[in-house]
Amino acid sequence: MNVLGMTQMSDPLTHAGMGRELISFRIGSQEFCVDIMDVREIRGWTPATALPQAPPFVRGVINLRGAVLPIVDLGSRLGLGQADPTARHVIIVAQVQNQIVGLLVDAVSDILTVTDDMIQPTPDVASEMVRNFVRGLLAIDGRMVSFISLDRVLPEKDLEVAA
Amino acid sequence: MDPMAEIKATFFQECEEQLVELESGLLAMDAGDDSSETVNAVFRAVHSVKGGAGAFGLDDLVHFAHVFETTLDEVRAGRLAATAEVVKPMLRAADILADLVRAARDGGFVDPARCETSSAELKKITGIEDTAAADDDGMDGLVFQPMQVALPPIGDAPASGAPDLDIAALLAAAQPEPEPAPAEPGGWTLTFKPKAELYKKANETVLLLRELARLGDVEVELDASELPLLPHLDPEGSYLSWNIKVRGPAPEGDIREVFDFVESDCDLTVAPIGAEGEDASGLSADDVAAIASAEAELDIAALISRAQGGIAETSEPVGQSSEQQPAPVIAPAPAAPVAAAPAPAPAAAAPPEGREAKAAAAAATIRVDLDRVDRVIDLVGELVINQAMLAQRVTEAGMARASSVAVGLDELEQLTREIQDSVMAMRAQPVKSVFQRMPRLVREVAAVVGKQVRLVTDGEGTEVDKTVIERLTDPLTHMIRNAIDHGLESPEKRIAAGKNPEGVVRLSALHRSGRIVIEVADDGGGINRERVKNIAIEKGLIAADAALTDEEIDNLIFLPGFSTAATISDISGRGVGMDVVKRSIQELGGRISISSRPGLGSTFTMSLPLTLAVLDGMVVTAGQQTLVAPLTAIVETLQPRRADVSNLGDGARVISIRGSYVPLVDVGLSLGYRSEPLDAEQGVALLIEGEGGRRAVLLVDAIQGQRQVVIKSLEANYRRVPGIAAATILGDGRVALILDIDALVAASRGTEAPRMLQAG
Repeated sequence: MNVLGMTQMSDPLTHAGMGRELISFRIGSQEFCVDIMDVREIRGWTPATALPQAPPFVRGVINLRGAVLPIVDLGSRLGLGQADPTARHVIIVAQVQNQIVGLLVDAVSDILTVTDDMIQPTPDVASEMVRNFVRGLLAIDGRMVSFISLDRVLPEKDLEVAA
Repeated sequence: MDPMAEIKATFFQECEEQLVELESGLLAMDAGDDSSETVNAVFRAVHSVKGGAGAFGLDDLVHFAHVFETTLDEVRAGRLAATAEVVKPMLRAADILADLVRAARDGGFVDPARCETSSAELKKITGIEDTAAADDDGMDGLVFQPMQVALPPIGDAPASGAPDLDIAALLAAAQPEPEPAPAEPGGWTLTFKPKAELYKKANETVLLLRELARLGDVEVELDASELPLLPHLDPEGSYLSWNIKVRGPAPEGDIREVFDFVESDCDLTVAPIGAEGEDASGLSADDVAAIASAEAELDIAALISRAQGGIAETSEPVGQSSEQQPAPVIAPAPAAPVAAAPAPAPAAAAPPEGREAKAAAAAATIRVDLDRVDRVIDLVGELVINQAMLAQRVTEAGMARASSVAVGLDELEQLTREIQDSVMAMRAQPVKSVFQRMPRLVREVAAVVGKQVRLVTDGEGTEVDKTVIERLTDPLTHMIRNAIDHGLESPEKRIAAGKNPEGVVRLSALHRSGRIVIEVADDGGGINRERVKNIAIEKGLIAADAALTDEEIDNLIFLPGFSTAATISDISGRGVGMDVVKRSIQELGGRISISSRPGLGSTFTMSLPLTLAVLDGMVVTAGQQTLVAPLTAIVETLQPRRADVSNLGDGARVISIRGSYVPLVDVGLSLGYRSEPLDAEQGVALLIEGEGGRRAVLLVDAIQGQRQVVIKSLEANYRRVPGIAAATILGDGRVALILDIDALVAASRGTEAPRMLQAG
């Protein structure tokens, strides 16, 4: 049993070196994490230029070294309520498919090294947010961290489809 | 890339250039330009393609180009007048040549029947039977083709095609002909004595002699008298010289031109034939022929035996012919046997290529990878932003305008602007590259719909950014198809209307107020408004009782799903009509409008930005947000008085400008930056002119100033935003949005025709 467990543990480790690395961050009282490979950089909050007719979770756009970067209030996107950004808020610049998007979160907390078997499947709950974004749950030091996918974080590209 | 593929890629690149040259030359000929320069350019283009294709073993291409070249040579030699009957098939042949080149490059396939038809057409023009080229593998036959066609002296010698050339007949044909031009000397006597340097530079005397043969009938006499005995022979020395007689009207300049590139490496004298008092050598044609045929082969053998003989009997250098001269070897050049062609390069190649090289040196250009240019442009864009940010910081820091830092920054700004302009100019290209594709399109479309069409282009040199150029082709193609298919009437109808049966499509480009304006005009029947309206009603695009102005009816053709063609033709009328054109123009930040006069034709006018990278903008504030309005759309700015503004219906406002009422668009309100309308007197009004000349007034809180901004895509990382064309980055590093004027106006206009109609 023990031996079996060991092999299961070591398999992903040997493949991925240190296993999978995740960045965890806090929005309100909840903790989330995303794959570190999707994260380009982390920067402080700068006021964004509001976009007309944007969904409430899109705070606007900022200048990221010459590129125009949309800022998504991740808390609002996940249905946790809109943030009131201060200088202590953080923008996680992430790659989502072929676009770059800034995610507004309260604070970045940790880098987690996990193996796939540590990620528990998402329990069935009614929340649409959970079904759309949460890929799995992690138990880290007794806290629950939701592993989320960023694929749907931006509004639909095509307006006609969205309408 | 492996070297061969690279060379091949260069070849195809050059082919494209030659094809462009070819087409524009032919079009010039079609327009009546028969100067030798044009004809030569055309010939050279085909010839270069053929030469390169031969090197790569592209046989189809070589064969077709060869037939083409033969025909062109007739024109070049002045034996064939460049009439429409001659030039039109050549244009078609140029299309096929282009297809063949592309097929060879992309591994495609060209219908051999098309090539055959075109070849046959070309051969018919010249009346030349294609003999050599069909059977010969490779270039040997090709090299001699020009001489073959040189045979019929005046016209009716059908023996021209005979593969085995009869020298006697040739000379007989040439000699008894008294030279008609009295002022011209009957020809030229040349002595040509190459120096060793000539050979060192890889020149080939046989090519020069053959080139001479193109200028007239030639007698070549080899003077081997200086050939030393074998022990004294320097293997790299030059001992042979030639005495040449060229008969014909060729001017001295042409003769000398043949030796243009070897002049310094040879002793050359050119004298009129008469000057030596020695006319046609006493030999009769038959004698010449006899000597030629007899001695042509003996020639080398005799020389060798002489040299070898010298070793044996050193005392008697010139053994056999103790006459005044060593045995003259008379070999009429036109009869030079096939075997005497060591170099595959056709004789004609040498001088024209030399000329090209000169032309290239005059306007030096380099090919640069577009990515590199784009990278520079991006960087300069960043530089402009950084410079502006720096300037702003300096101002914020409270430095005086006259301080050395501020002055230095001003200079930096000027430099930055200049760099930006120069970099933009690197990308600017004349619209010629797009316009050049259109003649072919016109020919093909005209052939399919059975109409006679002449394309007139104007302003080909107008420059515009490459990104704009690239995206112009599709809309232009569509508009030209449309103009021919729907705009122009059939020849019968045109004659009935008292017009020239040949319709004219005019394509023109010009710069106007910082934009490029491209017009596609036809002289057809104009838009049949009655029919357009009926179709729109039929398709449910407008209400049956809609009262529309002429302009509104004309604009119906831009509605999606509108097609006036009664039958869906091959060319246009699949329902992907003008709405697609309109959309693609709008995506370029352009506008399209139409004006039509019944019986006289229609004109489509496109107005496009010169570049998609920078924009002159008016920076304004609306509802706390900084926005940029494209300067080109702004007609004037004004300070509205409350009395000028009236409410019209539910929430809409209009403003009176010098007596006429113009709709008022509250920018902050329509973009959702403000919930309450702005009091007109508190703001500033921008009178703008949108698509189709429709005017509106944009009401903003304040104007901050004018500046050039670098356009940044919103769509790259986000999506299209209604009312916003793009974004930019201002001096403070913040993003500002650029207004999409037309969309704003359209959105606020309940009365805008297409929108209302779509709903109905």
